[in-house]
Amino acid sequence: MGKRLTEFDTIAAISTPVGEGGISIVRLSGEDAVAIANRVFQKKDLSKVASHTIHYGHIVDPTTNEVIDEVMVSVMLAPKTYTREDVIEINSHGGMIVTNRVLQVLLQNGARMAEPGEFTKRAFMNGRIDLTQAEGVMDLIRAKTEKASQVASNQLQGALTKAVKALRQEILDTLANVEVNIDYPEYDAETVTAGQMQETSQSVIDKIDELLKTSSEGTILRNGLKTAIIGRPNVGKSSLLNYLAKSDKAIVTDIAGTTRDTLEEYVSVNGVPLRLIDTAGIRETSDLVEKIGVERSKKALSEADLVFLLINSSEKLTEEDRELLALTQDKKRIIVLNKTDLPRQVDSSDLATDSPIVEVSILNGDNVKEIGELLQKLFFSGIRNSADEAMVTNQRQISLLNKAKMQLQEAIDAVDNGVPLDIAQIDFTGAWETLGEITGESAPDELITTLFSQFCLGK
Amino acid sequence: MKTYVSSEYDVIVVGAGHAGCEAALASARLGMKTLVVTIGLDMVAFMPCNPSVGGPAKGTVVREIDALGGEMGRNIDKTYIQMRMLNTSKGPAVRALRAQADKNAYHEKMKETIESTPNLTLRQAIVDELVVEDGKCRGVITNTGAKYLAKSVVLTTGTAARGKIFIGELSYSAGPNNTTPAMKLSENLEELGFKLRRFKTGTPPRVNANTIDFSKTEEEPGDKTPRHFSYESSDLDYLRDQISCWMTYTNENTHAVIRENLDRAPMFSGLIKGVGPRYCPSIEDKVVRFADKNRHQIFLEPEGRKTREYYVGDFSTSMPEEVQLKMLHTISGLEKVEMMRPGYAIEYDVIEPWQLRHTLETKNVENLFTAGQMNGTSGYEEAAGQGLVAGINAALKAQNKPGFTLGRDEAYIGVLIDDLVTKGTNEPYRLLTSRAEYRLILRHDNADMRLTEKGHELGLINEQRYHEFLAKKQAIKDLAEELKTVRVTASDDVQVYLVAKGLSPLAETCKANAFLKRPGITIDMIEELTHHKFDYDRYVKEQVEIITKYDGYIKKQEIEIARLKRQEAKRIPKDLDYDQIAGLATEARQKFAKIRPETLAQAERISGVNPADLAILSVYLQNGRYELKNNE
Repeated sequence: MGKRLTEFDTIAAISTPVGEGGISIVRLSGEDAVAIANRVFQKKDLSKVASHTIHYGHIVDPTTNEVIDEVMVSVMLAPKTYTREDVIEINSHGGMIVTNRVLQVLLQNGARMAEPGEFTKRAFMNGRIDLTQAEGVMDLIRAKTEKASQVASNQLQGALTKAVKALRQEILDTLANVEVNIDYPEYDAETVTAGQMQETSQSVIDKIDELLKTSSEGTILRNGLKTAIIGRPNVGKSSLLNYLAKSDKAIVTDIAGTTRDTLEEYVSVNGVPLRLIDTAGIRETSDLVEKIGVERSKKALSEADLVFLLINSSEKLTEEDRELLALTQDKKRIIVLNKTDLPRQVDSSDLATDSPIVEVSILNGDNVKEIGELLQKLFFSGIRNSADEAMVTNQRQISLLNKAKMQLQEAIDAVDNGVPLDIAQIDFTGAWETLGEITGESAPDELITTLFSQFCLGK
Repeated sequence: MKTYVSSEYDVIVVGAGHAGCEAALASARLGMKTLVVTIGLDMVAFMPCNPSVGGPAKGTVVREIDALGGEMGRNIDKTYIQMRMLNTSKGPAVRALRAQADKNAYHEKMKETIESTPNLTLRQAIVDELVVEDGKCRGVITNTGAKYLAKSVVLTTGTAARGKIFIGELSYSAGPNNTTPAMKLSENLEELGFKLRRFKTGTPPRVNANTIDFSKTEEEPGDKTPRHFSYESSDLDYLRDQISCWMTYTNENTHAVIRENLDRAPMFSGLIKGVGPRYCPSIEDKVVRFADKNRHQIFLEPEGRKTREYYVGDFSTSMPEEVQLKMLHTISGLEKVEMMRPGYAIEYDVIEPWQLRHTLETKNVENLFTAGQMNGTSGYEEAAGQGLVAGINAALKAQNKPGFTLGRDEAYIGVLIDDLVTKGTNEPYRLLTSRAEYRLILRHDNADMRLTEKGHELGLINEQRYHEFLAKKQAIKDLAEELKTVRVTASDDVQVYLVAKGLSPLAETCKANAFLKRPGITIDMIEELTHHKFDYDRYVKEQVEIITKYDGYIKKQEIEIARLKRQEAKRIPKDLDYDQIAGLATEARQKFAKIRPETLAQAERISGVNPADLAILSVYLQNGRYELKNNE
């Protein structure tokens, strides 16, 4: 029952490349574009504004009423738009994490994540692009799809796919039993009760939550990659911090309720969201007498997903440097050889490590761009220069996980409201299909195969 | 054999099983001069396996056949010996009616109907060959040399095409129940370019009820509440003296006998090459595949009112005769049973169904239709549903009228046919409710609401019945409106009543239609509580209850259906050259070329085709239209 009826719904995607420029645009296209935008936009009723106008307001999560971003929204009604459908463009300047949240809230309110090349495809389907471009559209679709599936098969994604497959199996086992009860009412299979379906639903919901929380994609998108900047005193930690913070003007927020001691900051560097740990420590030490050094670094290290280890290239390696190199050996790390503007005392080869190394002078700005590029390469491992493809895939998965969760919750609620099992099951089955979209599996007659392999049926 | 030209017809139906009977009746009722030929006149609408009609999904098909003006529902309503509604504890989408048939009475009644239908000729003959000219089927030639000409031909060969029966080491050519097989027709079909394959099915032994110890088995009686398959049948005619079925179990001794003799089972010795159905495995298959199960259910079903022959349900086997008897004697209640006929397996030819259109016309030979078991399905109901569609289309084709098809959102018959022609099948295909995406819409109770209009338009539903249908439709509307005018007060009486029934009390007075949405509430209860009499029959009340209670879910499925319809409106030209479409993956290209989907919606359902291929196909189609527009 693979559902691929994707022609007429309203699609959404971030239409600016990730990590470039200060403003990102989230684009919506389709019949319900205005209605969906209206659900999350505050200040004005977008259904009452003229076409091709731009409006200031807030994007709000309607379930919590939390303001996500301050935005400018363009309303462009069919047919004079890129896709010849109603198009909404939300200009967000809140950095990548916020832009992602804007997209997610649209997906939760009725939009579907656009497939690769889909805006262009629609433009063509609606006669917006002329004949000579048709071949190009096909190539584009093929190329983008292949890239996206490359992403899906890379290491980063492998774990998620495996976890989702397990969830599908869990649903399928219950589902097959429900179906046997329906199609073979006289067969002495155990009868699945509505309560059991609720239990399975809840169990899968819990695991989806866990997945959203712990999967590297999920965490990183929501919280950023926990990053520690370490190094002995005076090596340039605060300079690096300032550089990273500057690279994207949108420092999103300080974590509420934390003390200054454990202050964290969010930054986005070349599209990679970082959550910098213990920034206060770094800033303080630059003001005060350096006394904390390694001890403090150790603490930050214990939490970090990624480490920037700074080493002063103008001084011989110290005992402390060696200790820090040893300490971070098993971490994902980027070694920053700083102060290359001064006479060299340390070279990359002296460090005897496979970890990526950048040689920079933060002070002069020499080569600093390479930090961001390296970061991007590490984070979006799998494909070169197509961070946006990776992000599309990630966003798509997260929105599908959320959708599956919603469907399971509806199944649970339905049973509570006295809806019979075989009807509440519609949403239960829906969740199973939604999860199938993540793994891209649509094995023919998967359910029926399970039915016959697990139950001994006859007539 | 020297041939002679015999009579000329509009439509010829080959075979008079459940598919053939529906096809022939539909064609004749549509005014076509119709000939139906069968290998044996005693096999008309014969049930070579289980003596029952209906069950989940299948029962709904019977209701659909009836709503379209077919015969199966009426015929079983006249000849059943037991009627039961299954899944009554579940929701309305999966409730299913099943009847035990008087096998012989069913056959006789159907034969009588065919004999007395105007425009219809029934004749005994074996068809060896088709008359095909310029890619069009013009008639058939029988083994006696008779050449019958017609505008269209429907083949429903069942398991007769090169049929071969297996009982242990014994095997011989035969159709179902030891009838004459059709040996030559398959060769002719292969010459015409059709791809055939071998399927296998089987049937259990029959035993003499006089030798069953029923005290050791469990009784399964019929329902007291009147139920029917046909919308024409009346509650007043409901059968009161029904005959029970009985249930018993196999045990470890049975399984031991089976294991000891596995080398003599043709399924395991390699004698049988055909593919058998997973859903209807032989008992030896079950014992091997589910080794940890220490017992299997067995149903004892009477074959009729005038016979003591009983069908041993769920005990299909092709073991040698002596082993079958030994197996039976291990079973509680059957220790001394006398076996009247041994079970057997049968192998037969089927046509790969992706060679068909949704009208069941073959893509290869125009004016030729196939239906039933021959298309790779199993089950009387599946056969009858296809037979009806094929018969209607053969008649329409003979008149040069456009074809008749049913969508997946309209009928289980539509799901069945779409699955067959889009996906093909690797085993005898059985309908299951889980094959339908919109099963809340495809309920057994609303088959008339879904299809009577179509049956009437075709000319298979008479005016009287159509007017009754319109009246029911109006009554459903009226009752829904009337409910809105009645209030259920949160009085002490009402609260006491609700609590006594284990339902939650009312927070405040509400309208009856809102009250009806609450779990456990029926319209009859509302009558009791409000003393307002709703003067409608129980079938109207049932419709309003279901529509009201599951409104949200029904709407959800209707939205999905609306989307499906938009994709179905996108037709794909019959002669599209898939090699011309740049960028299609090879697998998709091959599958499209083989199945030749008729719409974009059908293309989506082909397995192994990914979204990018669909996107490319739709872009290509759009391109074609664009070109057309510019050249105009």
